[in-house]
Amino acid sequence: MPVLAYANPERFARLARSLTPWFLGSAIGLLLTGLFLGLFMAPPDYQQGDAARIMYVHVPAAWMSMFVYGCMALASAAAFIWKHPLADVAAKASAPVGCIFTALALITGMLWGKPMWGAWWVWDARLTSVLILFFMYLGYIVLWSAIEDPARAARAARILALVGAINIPIIKFSVDWWNTLHQGATVFRTDGPSITSSMLIPLLVMAVAYNVLYAALLLIRMRAEIAERRLRSIRLGLEFEPK
Amino acid sequence: MRTFFALIRRDVTLGIRASGGAALSAAFFALIVVLAPLGLGPDMATLKSASPGLFWIAALLATLLGLERIVQPDVEDGTLDLMRLSPLPLEFVALAKIIAHWLTSGLIITLLAPVLAPLLNLSLDAVPVLALSLLVGTPALSAIGAAAAALGASVQRGGMVLALLALPLNIPFLIFGSTAVAQAQTNTDPTQALTLLGACSLIAVVVGSIAAATSMRLNDD
Repeated sequence: MPVLAYANPERFARLARSLTPWFLGSAIGLLLTGLFLGLFMAPPDYQQGDAARIMYVHVPAAWMSMFVYGCMALASAAAFIWKHPLADVAAKASAPVGCIFTALALITGMLWGKPMWGAWWVWDARLTSVLILFFMYLGYIVLWSAIEDPARAARAARILALVGAINIPIIKFSVDWWNTLHQGATVFRTDGPSITSSMLIPLLVMAVAYNVLYAALLLIRMRAEIAERRLRSIRLGLEFEPK
Repeated sequence: MRTFFALIRRDVTLGIRASGGAALSAAFFALIVVLAPLGLGPDMATLKSASPGLFWIAALLATLLGLERIVQPDVEDGTLDLMRLSPLPLEFVALAKIIAHWLTSGLIITLLAPVLAPLLNLSLDAVPVLALSLLVGTPALSAIGAAAAALGASVQRGGMVLALLALPLNIPFLIFGSTAVAQAQTNTDPTQALTLLGACSLIAVVVGSIAAATSMRLNDD
């Protein structure tokens, strides 16, 4: 069956229902494995000791904060081009998940910053741009809830997500130019990762776990959204029925 | 082209005459500049180092003020439908609104800021750079604001929503603008910050016009 067949909300909801337990189960399994590897098996950092272990929670969350926004922008672009309601649903369902990942990255970063940098918060470029990203998620969520009619809210949210996606590189660049203290990239480098494999493996397991968790939550939230819309149309239909 | 200029003239007239228009955003800008020393203390050295940022924060907040009136009233009384029927593309309608908003907010702030500069002890050498940075940067604030205003036009009393949508996108202008002024004050060359400000501003005016026009189209059901 072609992929497009699942663009039918009904069929999608059915498929999502059967896939959810698999995704959720493997997300929990991977999270537990990743945490075990990261907290007990990986060696402590030679400088930072055990405090560096927060990285296994922090770094994948920071990756996800950007990845989810990218997914949201792509879904919005798809909704913009093909006017498909499921794409809007996917973008809407992604926002709170991405927002929480961003918050997790910020909070774990602050917890790590206190013993390592001696301050809960420093106005470093990366911290600042992640904080701005957090506010952009909030704006997106608020826009959805501020407009009552879901079809109109969807159209407004698409534009916001796309304008945000154009602006993120500019914001990132301006903030980098402004001030930099956070360490540079250690995994995604052209000359290969500069991190030892005993630390890299738990990190990657956690990253995969977060991604699968995102997929599971996305399926659940999208199904809830589809059900909510159906409920709304049933309710609207009842109101117009002759008494 | 005549329609374009007529639109600008109309929106500027509305902006000047309406309550909450040009005078209010100028007064608000002045008020923030006056309030800042009361909060920070009268120490001249502190004020001097804080002034570039304060001027730019004041500009960011003051340009937010008139935004609610640039799209929402036209949606409510149906003027927007007439604008959409006119041969002028909606992108140019949006650009006219951005220019009109800038003339009644950004331009006035740009003219006002040098007068207020001594209040925050900004050094005299930095005053031309302050005016120049505001002149180059405030059109972008109007453009991004117009896009946010068009998005929020279907939200009742969407003032706070508007601020939440527009302010994160305005951050690059705050950074480049205040850095340029600060550099001029410490006798370093502000050209780099100013050119980056100009580049971002040009992008914002183009993206803002298109986004505002697209958002104005979404109000028909």
